[in-house]
Amino acid sequence: MSDITKQSLSELVENIKSKKLSSSEVTKAFVQRSDKSKELNTYITEDYANALNKAKKFDEKPNLDLKLPGIPMAIKDLFCTRDLRTTAGSKILNNFIPTYESTVTQNIWNEGAILMGKLNCDEFAMGSSNETSFFGNVQNPIDKNLVPGGSSGGSSSAVAAKLTPITIGTDTGGSIRQPASFTGTVGLKPTYGSCSRYGIVAFASSLDQAGPMAQNVKDCALLQEVISTYDEKDSTSIDFKRNEYSKELTKDIKGKKIGIPKEYRVDGMPKEIEDLWKKGIEYAKDCGAEIIDISLPHTNYALPTYYIVAPAEASSNLARYDGVKYGFRAEGENLIDMYEKTRSEGFGAEVQRRIMIGTYVLSSGYYDAYYLKAQKVRKLIKNDFDEVYKKVDAILTPSTPSSAFKIGEKTNDPVSMYLNDIFTVPVNLAGLPGISIPAGHDAKGYPLGLQIIGKAFDEQNILNIAYAMEEKINFKNNITDWWIK
Amino acid sequence: MSIDLKTIKHISKLSRISVDEKKAEKLAGDLNSIFDFIEKLNELKTDNVEPLTSVAETTLKLRSDVVKSKNLRDQVIKNSPKENEDYFVVPKVIE
Repeated sequence: MSDITKQSLSELVENIKSKKLSSSEVTKAFVQRSDKSKELNTYITEDYANALNKAKKFDEKPNLDLKLPGIPMAIKDLFCTRDLRTTAGSKILNNFIPTYESTVTQNIWNEGAILMGKLNCDEFAMGSSNETSFFGNVQNPIDKNLVPGGSSGGSSSAVAAKLTPITIGTDTGGSIRQPASFTGTVGLKPTYGSCSRYGIVAFASSLDQAGPMAQNVKDCALLQEVISTYDEKDSTSIDFKRNEYSKELTKDIKGKKIGIPKEYRVDGMPKEIEDLWKKGIEYAKDCGAEIIDISLPHTNYALPTYYIVAPAEASSNLARYDGVKYGFRAEGENLIDMYEKTRSEGFGAEVQRRIMIGTYVLSSGYYDAYYLKAQKVRKLIKNDFDEVYKKVDAILTPSTPSSAFKIGEKTNDPVSMYLNDIFTVPVNLAGLPGISIPAGHDAKGYPLGLQIIGKAFDEQNILNIAYAMEEKINFKNNITDWWIK
Repeated sequence: MSIDLKTIKHISKLSRISVDEKKAEKLAGDLNSIFDFIEKLNELKTDNVEPLTSVAETTLKLRSDVVKSKNLRDQVIKNSPKENEDYFVVPKVIE
């Protein structure tokens, strides 16, 4: 058997089902490669010994009817895992051991997968470069000292470096699609309400969604099929008919109408992004799709809206970290002093910044001017999409305004960091599904991604378009294993 | 608009995050550049627009009120930074 870690998830599933490989062999291969890849700093918590044990148990009595039979998997450390430390990349949760399991991860284990460990991410998923993590930077396997994107940076790095066959991330403003784009991998942000938020450390509750991050579209579809379920434990989970996405996957997208929004041609967009987009349009045409020019007039207002709505919700969600029932505590002279010191020492700079923004926009006298205003503009942004979806089936855009940047390049300028999410944020505000697929390289050889945005609950359609385009694009990630000792 | 140090200190109190002078100045700079960027929304007239609070077009479902989880008291208490047998311990709040 050729190198196990080079196989895609679909290949591994097939090889385990046909008994060409055992779960132990596969798990051992990924554990060994992960162990040799410490320089990437993808893992916050390793659970290798348990993973190998579980694989052994699986092999003793293998259930080969499952969708992920004995497949090892490392996941973003924003998902609560029962009895295994869950940090959200923060000092304030440094020693938190959940007593419950997130629904999304439970769905994955129910289908036979095995947890290998918890992957690095920006603190509370607030960041676009994985540099806000209390546990340090993550290296992009594409090149040394390159950010892997964020907030699901450990996840994107781990999938690209083949430390895990597939993984899950969360996406509040682009945290799955942007890191996927930066690492030459595939990332899907599902429709809001598709995947349960139960047991995911909350950032901005009206925007957060979990989704798969994979080496290819087929693997992505398979994991989406596993994680997307209706869940009564999440009051915003939506009970709709879910497809068997991987089974219904087709490259036949003939006659699909794909919209090209003119407002995404932003000022100062690098020529290589513009060229990539043009190339993407040609690929879509080659697949038989019909290209239609469209307008999403409020696109430019999406980021300012997001930077009110998301911090406002974060400031409420993060009020629970008070040093009393769990997490880090700093000693204080009295109760209030203890709270203030705990939060000042326990949260990093970016999280504090966002809590402060959120508190300000919700505070007396400013609520209408900022928060209410942002909710109204959010409505206009959603209306834009509703309007164009009367004419088109999906929308094609670049995933990010640039390729991956160097570690430290943008840390001193929050606004320039926020601009990374310019093409991804509108999708979260409107609650739509979006997928990023690798589509080319820039002059430095760094990967670039294209985003396909769908109608609500139309994951199958964007997966199909991505699947068809993936074949035409025939992208190859150029990774040299430079970090392996 | 401009957020001054007094406002930063007021927000830090509301946020229950202590800030010293140096941190307050840094935060004032950061927040001002972020709010300059946010001000763009004022270009839009939104008087007759309904605010969007959730994209999930769903109504809350009712369920029967039954306990489903096990008694996890010991594990829950174990996560506390400071406990005393069955209680969470905090600094004295009553004189």
